Amino acid sequence: MTKISLEVNGKVRALDLPDNTLLIHALRDHLRLTGAHMGCDTSQCGACTVHVDGKAVKSCAMLAVQADRCSVTTVEGLADEGDPLHPMQQAFHDNHGLQCGFCTPGMVMVGIDIARRHGKPDPATVREELEGNLCRCTGYQNIVASIVEGAGKMEAQS
Amino acid sequence: MNVAATGVKFGQSVKRQEDGRFLRGKGKYVDDMILPGQLYAAFVRSPMAHARITGLDLDSAAAMPGVRRILTGQELVDAGLPALPCGWAITSRDGEPMKVGVRNALAVDRVRYVGEPVALVIAETQTQARDAAEAVMVDYEDMPPLVDVLDATADGATLIHDEIAGNCAFDWELGDEAATDAAFADAAHRISLTLRNNRLVPNAIEPRAINAQWDQANEELTVYMTHQNPIGMRMFYAAAFGLAAEHKLRMVSPDVGGGFGSKAHNYPEEVAVTFASKLVDGPVKWTADRSEAFLTDAHGRDHLTDVELAIDANGRFLALRADTQANIGAYLSSSGSLVPTYMYATMLSGQYAIPAIHARVRAIYSNTCPVDAYRGAGRPEAAYVIERIVDLAARELGIDPAEIRRRNFIREFPYQTPVVYEYDSGDYEKSLDAALELADYSGFAARKATSEARGKLRGIGVAAYVEACGIGPSGKLAKLGGGAGMWESAEVRVHPVGTVEVLTGAHSHGQGHATTFSQVVSDRFGVPIENISVIQGDTARIQAGTGTYGSRASVGMSATLRACNQIIDKGKKIAAHLMEVDYDAVEFEDGIFSSKDSNVTIAFAEMAFAAHAASGFPTDEIEPGLVATSFFDPPEFTYPAGVYVCEVEIDPDTGTVEVASFCAADDFGNVANPMIVEGQVHGGVTQGIGQALWENALYDPDTGQLMSASFMDYGMPRAGGVPDYKLVFSGVPSPSNPLGMKGCGEAGAIGSPPAIINAVCNALGVRHVDMPATPEKIWRLCQEREQG
Repeated sequence: MTKISLEVNGKVRALDLPDNTLLIHALRDHLRLTGAHMGCDTSQCGACTVHVDGKAVKSCAMLAVQADRCSVTTVEGLADEGDPLHPMQQAFHDNHGLQCGFCTPGMVMVGIDIARRHGKPDPATVREELEGNLCRCTGYQNIVASIVEGAGKMEAQS
Repeated sequence: MNVAATGVKFGQSVKRQEDGRFLRGKGKYVDDMILPGQLYAAFVRSPMAHARITGLDLDSAAAMPGVRRILTGQELVDAGLPALPCGWAITSRDGEPMKVGVRNALAVDRVRYVGEPVALVIAETQTQARDAAEAVMVDYEDMPPLVDVLDATADGATLIHDEIAGNCAFDWELGDEAATDAAFADAAHRISLTLRNNRLVPNAIEPRAINAQWDQANEELTVYMTHQNPIGMRMFYAAAFGLAAEHKLRMVSPDVGGGFGSKAHNYPEEVAVTFASKLVDGPVKWTADRSEAFLTDAHGRDHLTDVELAIDANGRFLALRADTQANIGAYLSSSGSLVPTYMYATMLSGQYAIPAIHARVRAIYSNTCPVDAYRGAGRPEAAYVIERIVDLAARELGIDPAEIRRRNFIREFPYQTPVVYEYDSGDYEKSLDAALELADYSGFAARKATSEARGKLRGIGVAAYVEACGIGPSGKLAKLGGGAGMWESAEVRVHPVGTVEVLTGAHSHGQGHATTFSQVVSDRFGVPIENISVIQGDTARIQAGTGTYGSRASVGMSATLRACNQIIDKGKKIAAHLMEVDYDAVEFEDGIFSSKDSNVTIAFAEMAFAAHAASGFPTDEIEPGLVATSFFDPPEFTYPAGVYVCEVEIDPDTGTVEVASFCAADDFGNVANPMIVEGQVHGGVTQGIGQALWENALYDPDTGQLMSASFMDYGMPRAGGVPDYKLVFSGVPSPSNPLGMKGCGEAGAIGSPPAIINAVCNALGVRHVDMPATPEKIWRLCQEREQG
């Protein structure tokens, strides 16, 4: 067991975890933040994507102890209950960028990461950047449109 | 005076009502749930494709920390747990009933595919359960694995089920063989082809999951399961497996993270976990990991077909014959006998007037994961057969591929095909013209020249598909071997303040039912959509239903409309009393009851309040309250159809195929929500492109191991591999339901594989390429092409 302290969605959280606990399990099972999902065992699908110190990370490919003293943002941290959606979340709603919703938290988190790195990316850039995120429902077209629009809204707000 | 209400309309692209919770990470999937006293299950799975179990040593596993219980197949059999049923009875050509190999929830003395569950371990944590499962020692005695239908049917092939000769579950036929033979004898042209429809892994991104809780004191069983048909599963778990009385069994499917058919079946793991939950003191949860999903989620397709088309001197089709060997895997899955028969051979007429058709289908056992419905389920296999042979005919007779289709289209509806179905409506030429225009078909030569100037090969492919959806009517299905009613129910409850709950037995797993079902109600009642809730997926709330698969939400939406109409009818009676006019003089429009005989108007919400206040009308004549229920059994299937045109560009140096453009003209009848329907087409087409170019569940013939068993090895479509699609809807309303809908969920996956392969063959100038058209395959063809 190892004690760690990390900031999750703006709150400091102390955890005492088995050393082999993955960050995704620390978030889902211990902190009960179930927005990030497990879609594979091989860090291929990206449904578990969160931000660690502001960068998109697949939380199934990182031990929780590696996030000690880090700042973690999950999809739940983008907008509080009752508050308006984050511009990227709103863009997914406006562009029908989700169907079953299971890959969606990962897509939104990686979309924000893409926007931060590329400003206003073109669709081709977004498609390339989505190499690590799988969606079986949407055929990607509306996800790409969502991220392009969400990135534009984020830039307009900054 | 009441003002007209601001409900949304059926047919509008209303934004989805369910998005908020998903976008905020507040969706509720089965694995998100941890119940008090939660226990976890893990499976011991066969690493062998075919073997006898000669020993099972549980001692060291049972002694591991946290282990509460280990269950074996023999224990389940001894406890009287029945084998898994196959839900559709097929009769062979010789009159023999189909041969069903016994499939126990856990293997007893023999394993027949890699990943088959052998034992179940329950422990206090998931890690403990998995560690203990690893410690279960199983002795296996190898038997030869058979993964391909040709190997499984070879002379002297090992029998996968000792009692089933030739590894053949059934040898079935449909259509008129004599008429077909006669037409072939006189035909000017005969075109033939052998093709394979590759085996696919459904890969919903949410893996299968279950959490089962037994309440001993009340003898109540609650099962949370990610499933497309929770009400149907309650019936199976109660009636077929006897796990609890049906009225004491609550089945809940909360948010479901994609299904594509794979979550419509009865699986051994879920049955075993539910059974086990009654033996331990605490709820038992199991969530598949992706490796388990690859190995055990029922696969799709896997057909080997010889097809032949007879054509007259004018290019008109005379007859079609198809001889298919369907690889059904180690056991017949829930709909494993239905998919390669009545879901497949019935569609072999395609969009064409073909006077005679004969199909023979042999269902063959193999040492592979069982095969069942996957997006399209038999209809993609049929569309691939007909659209490949028609394309080849065009090529070999020197007729333009669009022209040969146009020449043979069915033009009068209803149209009785020689293979069961009576197509209810359509305008195939309209879709063809729309697709060709969208694709700038006549401009292809110029684009091809541009590609060639860059050293690339460009091809164009056309495919016309038709499918059968909205499954019912129940009586007709029963005659074909079906064992369950195929209606859908809806209960519409209007509260005293005029807000509405719709309870439906359909269950959304991404299709947006909370929005589209609400649109039906909002349109009919004039109630704002935010005042409508759609309740689904919980048998404690919904008593009857048949789930969502086979693009059949139109059935549930029709039931919803009919229940709404009952509410309006009752509302008119109440309003007549309130307005003091005759019932016949009451009209209802835009949320307001009015009459030419009165200057009083009654808003929908006022009527709802009056219905509950139960004053102002005689309650001996009109009962108080405002609830209506409808069970809609459709009078006929619906027949969505469309034409897809795609262009591919091939790099001969690398063999990669790029989908340069993809245009779709679909007739879905009336469309509830174009935004959502477009999304369905995007997803379906992408799965079809995946099948055509990358996806392949490949078993090693020597060992029976699944070689493509992870997202690193299996070619899932990714964002960078598919283009933006151009879509147009060319709808002709269906007469088979009151909303005129046809269904849209599977079309994309049905029409796109032949469109892609037709384009690839066109680019390369070859007769045929089997799917998936991988770079290696294409590169070799390019090399052969260069070498003449």
